[in-house]
Amino acid sequence: MGLSYEEGKKVVFKGMWLLAAVTVLEVLIALLGHGHIIDGFTLPKIIIYPAMIGLSFYKAYFIIYEFMHLRYEVKGLTLSILLPTLLLVWGIIAFLQEGNSWGDRREQIDQKNAREVMQVTPPESSQSSDVKVIEE
Amino acid sequence: MATETNVLNQDVQSTDDWSGGKEPFKASYGKLMMWYFLLSDAFTFAGFLIAYGALRFSMPTWPVPDFVFSTFPGGLHNMPLIFVTVMTFILILSSVTMVRAVQEGHRENKNGVVFWMFLTILGGATFLGCQAWEWNTLIAEEHVSILKNPFGTHIENGVYLAGDGHDIKEGDTFVAGDPYLIHKKDDEWQNLPYRNEAGEIKQQEFGPKAFGALFFFITGFHGFHVFSGVLFLLIIMINAASGLYAKRKNGYEMVEKIGLYWHFVDLVWVFVFLVFYLL
Repeated sequence: MGLSYEEGKKVVFKGMWLLAAVTVLEVLIALLGHGHIIDGFTLPKIIIYPAMIGLSFYKAYFIIYEFMHLRYEVKGLTLSILLPTLLLVWGIIAFLQEGNSWGDRREQIDQKNAREVMQVTPPESSQSSDVKVIEE
Repeated sequence: MATETNVLNQDVQSTDDWSGGKEPFKASYGKLMMWYFLLSDAFTFAGFLIAYGALRFSMPTWPVPDFVFSTFPGGLHNMPLIFVTVMTFILILSSVTMVRAVQEGHRENKNGVVFWMFLTILGGATFLGCQAWEWNTLIAEEHVSILKNPFGTHIENGVYLAGDGHDIKEGDTFVAGDPYLIHKKDDEWQNLPYRNEAGEIKQQEFGPKAFGALFFFITGFHGFHVFSGVLFLLIIMINAASGLYAKRKNGYEMVEKIGLYWHFVDLVWVFVFLVFYLL
């Protein structure tokens, strides 16, 4: 199992303080960055977002490797669990890009939707002819 | 003679790998399958969170988390993210006590296992209680639902032409990016009128309604994981206390397996916390 009982206990309590400290740090960055701590002082998103994402991934790494013991497992087991998650990298890139594109084209989509509604509503005469066809 | 036995040994080994009884990953079937279940569950959660990202990116505005999540039990307001930080800390603590339970299991210490599992269950139940409070505040007091989202964000500067009897008074000014909550009075929405810089008179608009659906589905799905985790922990704690796992003499492997699940729930919360509350 890699660690002795006493070593394991130490890692646990170290982990507790570490995860708590990182969480508090994340919240502090969020509040400071959005101007809740010092009036009128904010940080640009380009600084706080990567910081918060990086810290969260550090927490995830610690939970998986120490708490879930993955560090002490056989290499093949570790890889068979970690490698598939790489698929998510593309998932994130593709879908965020897609969402961004929906956002950019929102006006265009609204216009198109409005235009289609006008085309779909047929004039009276054609509607009655349709009905006839069905009746026949 | 020596080479002959070598050849024989090789033959035996190559078929041995497939003849069962060995654990190439040095983990039992149950533990391995728990890992792969968690991997698949990670993809489910990732799908949800990526959907959240895509929808959020597609909206011109999005509710500001520090504003939406700024209430605290006891009628306190203007405490951005404090309550959810407490919730996160509770979940971390319960993860820590879970590791301790697994460690005591490896030493075959029955009382230790039961004690630390009990604390873990307490942590999980407390987290669920906090979540129930948060949901209740959002639904009953702030009237967020999967169909309507009263949390909006201004897209232009302006001045209010009426107050809402809460935080906003007539004549208050705001700038683009300022968040607001549309209140309900006598079952009617109070969308406040305002005048923008161009002199046009407009009304507060509702926020993107996807927010409510995403929030309740994703935190609900996570909360359901916590809930079922608490049930399983309870069953396994009772089994451990009854001496069932001591008889198996496998270092309380069942406790280790539910431990993996419990840490995973904490792991997912790290990312739910990131995308819903921090970003």
